[in-house]
Amino acid sequence: MSKGNYVDILPLSGKYVPFSGDEVIGTVNDMTSSNWLFDINSPYPGVLHASESPWKVEFGATAKYLELGDNVTARILSVDDSKHVQLTMRDQSLRKLKGGHVVDIPYAKVPRVIGKSGSMIEMIKEYSLCKVLIGKNGRIWIDGDVENVLKVAKAIRIIDEESHTHGLTDRIRDFLESSFPSRHG
Amino acid sequence: MSMDLPEGMKLIDENGRRLDGRKADELRPIRIEAGVLRRADGSAYVEMGKNKILAAVYGPRECHPRHLQDPTRAIVQCHYNMLSFSVDDRKRPGPDRRSVEISKIVGEALEYSIFLEQFPRTSIDVYIAVLQANAGTRCAGLTAASVAVADAGIPMRDLIPACAAGKVADTVVLDLNKEEDNFGDADVPLAYIPRTGEVLLLQMDGHLTQAEFNRAIELAKGGCSQIYAVQQDALRRKYSIAAGENGGKEEEARGNEA
Repeated sequence: MSKGNYVDILPLSGKYVPFSGDEVIGTVNDMTSSNWLFDINSPYPGVLHASESPWKVEFGATAKYLELGDNVTARILSVDDSKHVQLTMRDQSLRKLKGGHVVDIPYAKVPRVIGKSGSMIEMIKEYSLCKVLIGKNGRIWIDGDVENVLKVAKAIRIIDEESHTHGLTDRIRDFLESSFPSRHG
Repeated sequence: MSMDLPEGMKLIDENGRRLDGRKADELRPIRIEAGVLRRADGSAYVEMGKNKILAAVYGPRECHPRHLQDPTRAIVQCHYNMLSFSVDDRKRPGPDRRSVEISKIVGEALEYSIFLEQFPRTSIDVYIAVLQANAGTRCAGLTAASVAVADAGIPMRDLIPACAAGKVADTVVLDLNKEEDNFGDADVPLAYIPRTGEVLLLQMDGHLTQAEFNRAIELAKGGCSQIYAVQQDALRRKYSIAAGENGGKEEEARGNEA
């Protein structure tokens, strides 16, 4: 996109830079008496204060609700000038992710995995019968039968590698059809 | 800087040809490959004559050690390293005066080209490994590092091509090789962005007259323009391969190879 003398470029690779309002998937990295620190697939950790969590957390009891390695969906509440990131989980749709499998892709390829008005991701869900959640930060959570989860992860890896080519949706459909032969999309 | 020329060695012959058959204004053959390493965020491999150089970029990532981090911008930490088998006599491994200097100047040239203000508090780590050296490794290293930064998807003003010019047997020549560097009279490495004309690195070892210096800069700028085209081509090629059915597999094979 260009505007006057400015050109905006979408990279094919690069790190996720947090933006206020983005819904991301984070993994607990560290915790204090009243905060959790999340790895949000970015150079900057995300901070979730106990008061922004969906639970009533007593001081020092953070570990009762989320432990190291747990995954959650969260929204980015604010990002300041030196990129200190505050997260929030105070929304019906934001929750702790129990079980499942997490894969990371470059954040720039998230729109490819979702597809035009969700076509790609809907197709994957239909074939695999898996639950799939995609964070803006390029982290994807997949839950379902183990075999199927691995096949979905494979499909996502193909999208990642071939994201900039033509006819990707058709190739993914072929892949899904051969991976899940008993089902019809 | 010049050592005594060995008996019977002629750096430039009667026809104006150099030891490796090049003309005065000719570069050594150059080859660049982008994205050769799987684990790094960005990488590049450069062969320039007998030089073989691998560059890897990590980041932007959380800055360690913490006291180096800058709340307004990213920092570039560049590590130039010659491997022990890169030269004829085994090089003693580890940082030395020369590699500390090269890390500094290459890092500073990269710093200028990257939009550091987009990644406050982070560090962009650049590792340059010289697998085989044959004069001009700082330039080839910077050329490789710049492609690796672009491969990592880090926003930058432009790619940085770099090459040297110098004086050999009273002639100003482009891109000195090992013999010319050892027995020549001067060496002028230059990094220069052809699009804007900005100079990001300029050094001189040896003596040149004003006229010779100007000629050397002119030659080096010409060399940079050629290298610039090869850099762009390397990046373009990386993304055109995967277009086929088995794009993913090829990518994997290349990763294993490196």
